[in-house]
Amino acid sequence: MDKLLREIVLENSDHIVKKWLTEIDRKKADNYTVSISEELFESTNREFVNVIFSSVEKEGMLEDLHKFSERLIHLGWPLSYLTEGMQAFRRVTMNFILERSEEVDSQQFTEILEGVDQWIDPIVNFLVNEYSGNWENTVSIQRMALQELSAPLIPVMEGITIMPLVGTIDTERAKLIMENLLDGVIKHNAEVVLMDITGVPVVDTMVAHHIIQAAEAVRLIGASCILVGIRPEIAQTIVNLGIDLSNFPTKSSLQKGFRSALEITGRRVVNVGEEDDVENILDSLGKE
Amino acid sequence: MMDNHFQSCIPIQKEWDIVAARQQGRDFSKQIGFGAVDQARIATAISELARNIYLYAQKGAICFEYIEDMEHKGIKIIASDEGPGISDISRVMEDGYTTSGGLGAGLPGIKRLMDHFDIYSEEGKGTEVTIQKWLR
Ligand SMILES: Nc1ncnc2c1ncn2[C@@H]1O[C@H](COP(=O)(O)OP(=O)(O)O)[C@@H](O)[C@H]1O
Ligand SMILES: [Mg+2]
Repeated sequence: MDKLLREIVLENSDHIVKKWLTEIDRKKADNYTVSISEELFESTNREFVNVIFSSVEKEGMLEDLHKFSERLIHLGWPLSYLTEGMQAFRRVTMNFILERSEEVDSQQFTEILEGVDQWIDPIVNFLVNEYSGNWENTVSIQRMALQELSAPLIPVMEGITIMPLVGTIDTERAKLIMENLLDGVIKHNAEVVLMDITGVPVVDTMVAHHIIQAAEAVRLIGASCILVGIRPEIAQTIVNLGIDLSNFPTKSSLQKGFRSALEITGRRVVNVGEEDDVENILDSLGKE
Repeated sequence: MMDNHFQSCIPIQKEWDIVAARQQGRDFSKQIGFGAVDQARIATAISELARNIYLYAQKGAICFEYIEDMEHKGIKIIASDEGPGISDISRVMEDGYTTSGGLGAGLPGIKRLMDHFDIYSEEGKGTEVTIQKWLR
């Protein structure tokens, strides 16, 4: 960082800090700090300006700034707080130098101008990168979480697995359903998979097509797939669309589907006593 | 309840616009007073039309209109695009005809789901499908 600039900034730090704090405080009205208390805002401002000065002292070292920005990211402060803070610092410093322009000639002034830009720009770039890197990270984590949620497979008992589907099925999700279904059948050694579409809002020809293909693939690897949870209005719509599900095992509820799955796997529900009311357990399975 | 001229449109460009369009259609038909089964029919028809736009024309729009005559009220939906158009309409109205490896049940299915179905298409210019459903 430019030596002259550093001297001016450091020698007049009291004045510059005061001006900077006033500028930043005015920004508070711009709603990005609505949820932040007065005390926290002020203490963060002080810390921020100290970090800026420490970076001036250490000739542009970004170590403190890195720690500071990392904490702000973690606390969810907006990036604009940091970039505006840096811009305010540029303005305050330039104004301060202009006010005292008798003391610097025009040659020096241009140098200082360039010096300030060369110093501020990398810091702003650095902060933007820190923030966006972190944000991309968050998005990819959420994306992964969503992928896990979008086609879960529950091995309820030996040979029987349930895939409950909730929400809209788009092409990407349809692919996941197919993959998870086939992987899961092999991994859990499933004989029967119950695909529950109770939570799917619209079954159009694309969704129906994907379900038919998935069931066909399950059949090819030696298991069977029962479609359950077809709501009455969905059943009517499917019929109107002219989609033929006649060679496709379907059951109206998960409960009924589970009974068939038990039969297919050679099992039967036996009532062993009043307290162990298996029928009740099965009934509660059918609830949405 | 609603004035005659109320019309709103949802542009279709991304796959998730299909969801927005059918959500709008569902809300709108609920407001008009359609029951659960008809709401599902309307939402499904919109889903088919919007997906056809997305798949075959890349972009277009779905517009909704409240309609009424002496006895009933209802909903009118217009799907329009400036895509490649359809050369043989009677062919695409056959069950099972598809150029994309789909089920080919969309257009003939929509016709069965709705009370009125009208398709106009010109090769190289685009396609416009108009459907209506009356509340009974
Ligand atoms: N908006 C459109 N623009 C151009 N071609 C279309 C359009 N909509 C449908 N088509 C054609 O009509 C065919 C049948 O459509 P549809 O009945 O929805 O079945 P699918 O979409 O499963 O193929 C499509 O494969 C496509 O070739
Ligand atoms: Mg279609």
